Amino acid sequence: MKLHEYQSKFLFAEYGIPIPQGKVASSVDEVYAIAKRLGGIVVVKAQVHVGGRGKAGGVKVARDAAEARRHAERILGMDIKGLTVERVLVDPGADIQQEIYLAITNDRGAGKPLIMTSMDGGMDIEELNRERPDAIIREHVDPIMGLRDFQMTHIASAMGLPRNLWRSFGRILRGLYDCYSASDAELAEINPLVITGAGDLLAVDGKVIIDDNALFRQPALTAQRDTGGEPESERQARDAGITYIKLDGQIGCMVNGAGLAMTTMDMTKLYGDADGIGPANFLDIGGGASPEQVAAALRIILSDRNVKCVLFNIFGGITRCDEVAHGILTAYNEVNPDVPMVIRLQGTNAAEGSKIIDDARIPNITSADTLTEAAQRAVAAVKEQG
Amino acid sequence: MSILIDKTSRVLVQGITGRQGGFHAKLMMDYGTDVVGGVTPGKGGEWFEGAPVFDTMRIAVETTNANVSLVTVPAPFAADAIMEAADAGVELVICLTEHIPVSDMMKVVAFCRRQGARLIGPNCPGVMTPGQAKVGIIPAMVAMPGKVGVVSKSGTLTYEVGFAMKNHGIGISTIVGIGGDPVIGTTFVDVLEMFENDPETEKVALLGEIGGSAEIVAADYIKNAMTKPVAAFVAGRSAPPGKRMGHAGAIVDGGEGSAEEKILALEAAGARVAANPDEIPALLA
Repeated sequence: MKLHEYQSKFLFAEYGIPIPQGKVASSVDEVYAIAKRLGGIVVVKAQVHVGGRGKAGGVKVARDAAEARRHAERILGMDIKGLTVERVLVDPGADIQQEIYLAITNDRGAGKPLIMTSMDGGMDIEELNRERPDAIIREHVDPIMGLRDFQMTHIASAMGLPRNLWRSFGRILRGLYDCYSASDAELAEINPLVITGAGDLLAVDGKVIIDDNALFRQPALTAQRDTGGEPESERQARDAGITYIKLDGQIGCMVNGAGLAMTTMDMTKLYGDADGIGPANFLDIGGGASPEQVAAALRIILSDRNVKCVLFNIFGGITRCDEVAHGILTAYNEVNPDVPMVIRLQGTNAAEGSKIIDDARIPNITSADTLTEAAQRAVAAVKEQG
Repeated sequence: MSILIDKTSRVLVQGITGRQGGFHAKLMMDYGTDVVGGVTPGKGGEWFEGAPVFDTMRIAVETTNANVSLVTVPAPFAADAIMEAADAGVELVICLTEHIPVSDMMKVVAFCRRQGARLIGPNCPGVMTPGQAKVGIIPAMVAMPGKVGVVSKSGTLTYEVGFAMKNHGIGISTIVGIGGDPVIGTTFVDVLEMFENDPETEKVALLGEIGGSAEIVAADYIKNAMTKPVAAFVAGRSAPPGKRMGHAGAIVDGGEGSAEEKILALEAAGARVAANPDEIPALLA
């Protein structure tokens, strides 16, 4: 779960990290009032879950409250990469002398937290990593021992930080590590961490991503979830306990297991790509595949108007295909889809399952033996509809 | 021969009195696995299908001399259960549980390493040596004994491929599901090395997916250290960047972890990569 910039920075502040004394606004009048109270130069920043908001015109500097109001009129309600800006952060302008990059992330390969920092902050870390990988200092943290003071000294020294800033940088790094650990974050990033004209450090922009699997023990952070920008169908699926990701193709896929679900998507693309046909979604129905769950999943798939065929691919292991077949028929009668369906059942009781489907003699439904055959039939069904 | 488990493995099931744990413990017993007991705190002294239930792993291991443990407890308790198994001196811990926080897993993996315990998973279907033993949820019907080692990040995709192999008369030495999470106990390379050293394994099938760089590291190993032929499939060619495809680890991020780069690396290492899992049996024939 991603936090917005303002949520990330306010969270940092709880761990003693200095941030600009800005406020969030959702109306032009609020922006004006905040800018007026702050006085001087302010920055109006769109709060949306996409990168590149600056380039899209979502971040503007204003010399006074009146100019801040004019910027807010344009930014609030603006569309950035398909997301509507509903809130802006109004921060006092910072006197920037140098920009530092500082982040802590999960290094999945090493299985350890990784601190990354650089005196060349401000730019995107991926870009920096491509252009000047040597400019990034990397330090792993032992997950059992935690961050030690000697590591902080090592980092400050290796990155070439002026000595008079080591102490304050150490406090910020400690705060960020504590924040990252206590919040079960996948990423806690300050970019830029600014050295001001007065020689202070200030976290001017921040980004935090929380591990979805840890949300059960992070109620305060979970409450900050912004579902704006998330497709309605994905929200419904999450509530139903189904993993669903909407894509752009025409073949709705209903599969048990994440790896097989991706494979099924790939097969529709393998056989359909030449005709512009591909998967409409990722959907993992999970282990049970009860009639209720199949019906819920079918409704979610069909809520996408681009779907011209639904492909079921179920590998019955512990799940029995005959039970799944009954589930599909019950769901079919409930949902009454007006698109053709291709059903491929394999594994435990597959023959019985396919017989149940065939015996129902529903004109819109065909069954297939192999994944290859199923994908080819689904592609053909979409082609037939032009 | 086989790797990791065989008919002499003595298995404990942590969470044996739970619905999932009990269901799969029974199937494991039916398959011929030597399930010597189970652990559920507070239920010590009970019995499950003729196997004793203990309160703690320490008592269970002391009493049964088990060397393998299967963790089936829910995510909020799973990290602790794995550490309890490693603390009790079990050599091999296999964890099925999904949705364990990564912050927990980083500590767990470090602790298991310190204790000298091998962890498989989490969020994996387990391990099966066809004809001998299965520890986990891999259905008995998907494989027959043979000489191909299978290592995979995924569950049902593995069943799919194992079953296709069986239908083509190709048997399996051991199936290892390493799991699709970002931080796991045993990697592709660990398992490839075991297969390389197993005299009864002649060829290997590797089933990967998008996210992370484990397949790239595996490709390096195949190129530099493997003599046995490898057939591979990588799921997620059609997955868009930035979207998590079900598994916590399956995400293409910052241009890294795409199916294309993994396929290229595996092909460059000499592995035969299938565009479609139905082609795997032919690549192993």
